[in-house]
Amino acid sequence: MSRNHVSATVNGDQVEFLCETGQTLLDALRDELRLTGTKEGCGTGDCGACSVMVDGRLVCSCLMLAVEAEGKAIETVEGMAKGEKLHPLQKKFIEHAALQCGICTPGFLIAARALLERNPDPTESEVRFWLAGNLCRCTGYQKIVEAVLDAGREMRGA
Amino acid sequence: MMRLPWFQYQRPASVAEAARMLAAEGPRGMLIAGGTDLLPNMKRRQQTPATLISLSRVEGLKKITNGSGLTLGAGLTLTEVVGTGAVREKYRGLWQAAAQVASPHLRNMGTLGGNLCLDTRCNYYNQNEEWREAIGYCMKKEGKTCWVATASKRCLAVSSTDTAPALIALDAKVRLVSAAGERELALASLYNNDGINYITRKPDEILTEVVLPQLDGWSSTYWKLRRRGSFDFPLLGVAAAARMAPDGSVLEARVVLGAVSSQPLPLAKASEFLVGKKLNDEVIAEAGVLAASRAKPMDNTDLDVYWRKEVVPSFVGYALREIRGDDMRAMRMRISRQAL
Ligand SMILES: Cc1cc2nc3c(=O)[nH]c(=O)nc-3n(C[C@H](O)[C@H](O)[C@H](O)COP(=O)(O)OP(=O)(O)OC[C@H]3O[C@@H](n4cnc5c(N)ncnc54)[C@H](O)[C@@H]3O)c2cc1C
Ligand code: SF4
Ligand code: FES
Ligand code: FES
Repeated sequence: MSRNHVSATVNGDQVEFLCETGQTLLDALRDELRLTGTKEGCGTGDCGACSVMVDGRLVCSCLMLAVEAEGKAIETVEGMAKGEKLHPLQKKFIEHAALQCGICTPGFLIAARALLERNPDPTESEVRFWLAGNLCRCTGYQKIVEAVLDAGREMRGA
Repeated sequence: MMRLPWFQYQRPASVAEAARMLAAEGPRGMLIAGGTDLLPNMKRRQQTPATLISLSRVEGLKKITNGSGLTLGAGLTLTEVVGTGAVREKYRGLWQAAAQVASPHLRNMGTLGGNLCLDTRCNYYNQNEEWREAIGYCMKKEGKTCWVATASKRCLAVSSTDTAPALIALDAKVRLVSAAGERELALASLYNNDGINYITRKPDEILTEVVLPQLDGWSSTYWKLRRRGSFDFPLLGVAAAARMAPDGSVLEARVVLGAVSSQPLPLAKASEFLVGKKLNDEVIAEAGVLAASRAKPMDNTDLDVYWRKEVVPSFVGYALREIRGDDMRAMRMRISRQAL
């Protein structure tokens, strides 16, 4: 069975990989490119643990075929910190204790960054609706929402 | 963890090429657009096509034509539909329906065409293969019995698309293209009241566009019941559209229910009843009772079935009051914490 050749960029780096038709982008990131920051929760679109950006759009990587990543610009949680310097969202998640087991965290960080890029000054309700596709089973949403609002404030310099 | 089964993958560049590939594959082939319905179903082995023909590179499906009326390409994502000014201003019911589908992630992926062709849903069917095997499967796939109503001769799985009821209320048509030719039909005729054969689209046809008529003087709305204020599939959808005379009496009306049958359910009687009347509270209440008499929610989705039936008149009432011009934002906030 011949494998499919895919070239794309991940966090700005040119990458090439081979994949089966039945592999999702999530499978390719984790198993072919060894970028295990992106997590698999449900595999069916319900939890958002697999959130990544593709050509600037927030998507569930568990429901995108890896072959369809050809030519796309993909961003994952591994690209958020610049060297040792954490992204403001990452810093605020730690400060607000917005994570416990951490399985949901990469997805929340990517989804929250997508929100703040479009809407730097969201209301609490906008944050909650935007993050509706990301589930957390241990922290609860209050701290996560507060961390996102606080990161927004810092990024606006407010 | 559920993994996708093996399949062949083809990526045509045009509608004509996709139609040729689909014809060549026959029933073994299926189209994939955003994949947000099909891929979970394939992981659970509810659908097992040998070949997927991807519409992701077919640019012709992303057109928006704003002439008399509005034509929307089937390949537009729901985010793109929601972001289209003409939809928001002139076809409010469609805007409200599309904005309430799933989550931001899934609206970025899922397309309008995929939403209209969405597989029907049922608690005995949307389960992984081991689960379904343990109950001996069911009539919709591999089994013989319908577990929702064991005496039923047909599958009662639920039509769960949000945009179809809204578009039917807006009198939309769809264009279907195959290698053999093309046809346009009223969206309402795209559906059958049968959980298995829920769609009249032929296996070799591609839904290419949704054609909305010019609707001067109409207003439209969509109300959705679900467990959470966002993200969940509809347990009831109420779409309504009406044209009113200057004195407030109804000249034309269409009310359509979603998620209470295996197809979006146009309510001819309730709609006719409204014509010539002013939308006062008594008329609205009576239309709600007429609507409820047609709604047959089954115990195969979320929440208690008797309650889902009981709220039909209320939801029809919210829709008609919004059409009448009432400010319904507070009620929307109560139901879904979102004013829309
Ligand atoms: C967690 C979750 C929540 C969801 N919530 C909702 C909800 O609240 N409301 C709702 O309506 N939907 C919901 N959905 C379903 C789905 O995301 C949307 O309906 C979406 O619009 C489907 O579009 P798609 O492009 O992803 O379809 P796909 O999965 O690509 O396709 C769906 C079906 O349509 C066929 N198809 C696709 N495009 C065409 C075409 N152009 N011509 C002919 N056939 C075609 C495919 O062969 C397949 O059978 C949800 C899904 C998930 C996973
Ligand atoms: S309604 Fe009956 S036949 Fe249809 S999917 Fe559900 S259990 Fe199966
Ligand atoms: S793993 Fe993709 S949404 Fe849960
Ligand atoms: S921290 Fe454990 S699921 Fe969110």
